[in-house]
Amino acid sequence: MTSLKPLLGAASALGLTASLAHAEPALMFDLGGKFDKSFNEAAYNGAERWREETGGSYREIEMQAAAQRVQFARRLAEAGSNPVVVLGFQNAPTLEEVAPDYPDTSFVLIDAVVDLPNVRSVIFAEHEGSYLVGMLAAMANETGTISFVGGMEIPLIAAFACGYAQGARAVNPDIEIIVNYTGDTPAAWNDPVRGGEIARAQISQGSDVVFAAAGGTGLGVLQAAEDAEVFSIGVDSNQNHLHPGSVLTSMLKLVDQAVYDAFTEGPGLETGVVMMDLAADGVGYALDEHNEHLISAEMQDAVEEAKAAIIAGDLIVHDYRTDSTCPAF
Amino acid sequence: MSAARRIPHWADVTLVPLTSVVLAFLLSAVLIWAIGESPWQAVKLMVEGAFGSSYGWGYTLYYATNFIFTGLAVAVAFQARLFNIGGEGQALLGGLGVALVCLYIPWPHWSLALIAATLGAALFGAAWALIPGYLQARRGSHIVITTIMFNFIAASLLGYVLVNVLRPQGSQDPSSPRFPPEAHLPSLHDMLAVVGIPFSRVPPTNISLFIAVAMCFAVWFMLWRTRLGYQIRAFGESEPAAEYAGISPARITIYVMLISGALAGLMAVNSVMGEQQRLVLNAVEGAGFIGIAVALMGRNHPFGVFLAAILFGFLYQGGAELALWTSIPRELIVVIQALVILFTGALDNMVRMPIARLFALRGAR
Repeated sequence: MTSLKPLLGAASALGLTASLAHAEPALMFDLGGKFDKSFNEAAYNGAERWREETGGSYREIEMQAAAQRVQFARRLAEAGSNPVVVLGFQNAPTLEEVAPDYPDTSFVLIDAVVDLPNVRSVIFAEHEGSYLVGMLAAMANETGTISFVGGMEIPLIAAFACGYAQGARAVNPDIEIIVNYTGDTPAAWNDPVRGGEIARAQISQGSDVVFAAAGGTGLGVLQAAEDAEVFSIGVDSNQNHLHPGSVLTSMLKLVDQAVYDAFTEGPGLETGVVMMDLAADGVGYALDEHNEHLISAEMQDAVEEAKAAIIAGDLIVHDYRTDSTCPAF
Repeated sequence: MSAARRIPHWADVTLVPLTSVVLAFLLSAVLIWAIGESPWQAVKLMVEGAFGSSYGWGYTLYYATNFIFTGLAVAVAFQARLFNIGGEGQALLGGLGVALVCLYIPWPHWSLALIAATLGAALFGAAWALIPGYLQARRGSHIVITTIMFNFIAASLLGYVLVNVLRPQGSQDPSSPRFPPEAHLPSLHDMLAVVGIPFSRVPPTNISLFIAVAMCFAVWFMLWRTRLGYQIRAFGESEPAAEYAGISPARITIYVMLISGALAGLMAVNSVMGEQQRLVLNAVEGAGFIGIAVALMGRNHPFGVFLAAILFGFLYQGGAELALWTSIPRELIVVIQALVILFTGALDNMVRMPIARLFALRGAR
C-alpha cells in the first residue's frame, strides 16, 4: 500500500479539497457526458434537485477514456466522497474492482448489478415501461404501422424495442413495427440529424407513431414527427413538453429519482439490488397537461389495467436481456 | 521552403515544437483565466497530477503507450507520404485479434499469451489496413477516404461481434467475457518490485510500454537502416524517381500499410489486454486520431513520436486531474489538447518562419 501515500499527499496538498472533511456525495457520469439530454442528464437533474432542496454540495466527474473508470471511482472514494454514484452498465467491472478496497464507502451503480456488501445496484424494468407506451402507440395508430428508433443495437436498447413491440401487438396483433438503429459508434447517441432522417424514412413507410430510445438523437426524431404531423414517444425523462400535441407520451425511466434517493440517504445507505419497475414507479408513461387531450379515457383505462396486471404478476413482459430473443418479432 | 532550409537541424527538431507547445499553453492559460480559474493553479495541478507521483506517472505512461503505437503507425505511413487515418479502425481490429487469442486458447503462462496476442493484434490490424492499401496501390482509391471509411466499418463489425458472438448470454453489457488470469500482463508495479523500486499498483501501466519503446527502435532501424526503409523514404520523396530506380510503388504502398496497420493494432495489447482485460465497445476511444497529432508533432520520427506521446499522455492524465479537482469543464480540457494540436500541426509555419528569419539574420551578420 505504499502507493497510496503519495496519492493522499497529492490530494490533500491541493487545497481545493479542504472542504472534503465531511462526506459529500459524488456522481460519476458515463462516457457520453453530462448534457446528453438523456441518461446522464437525468442523473445530473436528480443531483441538482438534491442540491437545491438540501443546500448540500456534491462532486461530479465526466470521463474522457475508459481507463478513467477505475481511476476516477478510486479517486472519488479516496477523496472521501460518500456515497459514490456511478452511472452505466459498463461500470459493473469498475465497481467489482474498486468497491472491495473501500468497505466504508457506499457505492451506487445504476443500470447493472454488482453483488458486493457496500454496493447498491439500481436496475430499471425498461421493458415494462416500453410495453405500456407500445400499447398507447398501437391505440393511437391509424395506418397499421408504428416504428422505433434506437441508438445502438445493444441489449439495453433491444429491451426497449422488444417491450414496445409486445405492448403494441397486445393491442393489435397484426400491427407492423419498423425498428431501426442509428449507428455503431457512441456518436449514435447524439446525432439528431440522423435521427430525423431515420424517422422520416419510417414515416414514409407508413409509420404514424415513432418511439425514440436514442439519447440526444431522439430530439431529431421528435422534431421530424412534429414536422410530418404524426405522433412520437419520448424517452427517459418526460419529453411531452418539447412538442405538445405531437409527443404522444414519454417512456419514463427515473434515473434522477435513483440519484436523488441515493444522495438523500447518504453514507451507509441500504445496499443490495433495487428494482425500479412499474411497481416501484421507476418506469412508466408520462401523462401531463401537454398530452392529456391525446390520450383518451379508454386508452388510459386499457394501459392502467395492463399496468395493474404487470404489477400483480398476471402479465409478464418478456425481457429481451434474459435470453436475447423477442417473442414479438 | 528556402527559409525552412536555413534552420539548423537541432532547432528544427527541438526549438520549433517547443515554441509551439509553449504558445499553445500560453493561450490555454488565457482561456483558463477568462473563465475565472487560476492558470497557475491549473498548471500546477496538471504537472503534479501527471508527474508528481508514481501514480500520475503510471497513468501518463499508460496513455503514452497507446499514443506511441498509433503515432508510429501514422509516422511510418507518412514516410511514404501515405496519410493513414485508419488507426482507429486498425486498433479496433487489433483488439479483436487480442480478444480471440486470449479467450479461445488456454495459455499456460502470460509470456506465451503476450507473444500470441502481439502477433494476433498485429495480424488483425495489418489485415484491416491491407484492403485500403490494396485499393490505393491497384485501384487508385485515395487512402485518406478509404481508411476513414474503414474506421466506421470496423466500429460496425466490432459492434456486431460483441453483441452477437462474444457477449456472454444474459449480460447486457456488449463486451467479451473477462480474459483468464493466465492472460494477465504484469504491471509496471510488479516488474519494478522485482528490482526493488516502489511503484503505484493502481495505474494500468504494463509490460507493453516496453514493447512500445522497442517498436520505436525497430521502426527507426527499419526506416533508416534497411533496404525496405530506404525504398519507403525514396517512394515518399518522389514516386516517379523511385519507380525509375526500380522500386515498385504498389508493393511499397501495400508493405507500408501492412506495417502501419500492424503498429496501430498493437495498441490493443496495451489497452485491451493490459487494462480492460476484456474487449469492450469503442475500446480505442480516439487514440487512433491522437496518433495523427502525435506523428505530426514528432516530425514522423520515432524519437519525436515517443516524446510527443509522453506530452499527450501528460495532457490526458493532467486533464483528468483538472477535471477531478477544479470546476474547469471537460470541454475546456479538450480545447487545451486541441490548441496543442493546432499549434504543432496546422500552425507549424507560423512558428517556423520567424525562427528561420532569426537564424537568417544571425547568419547574415
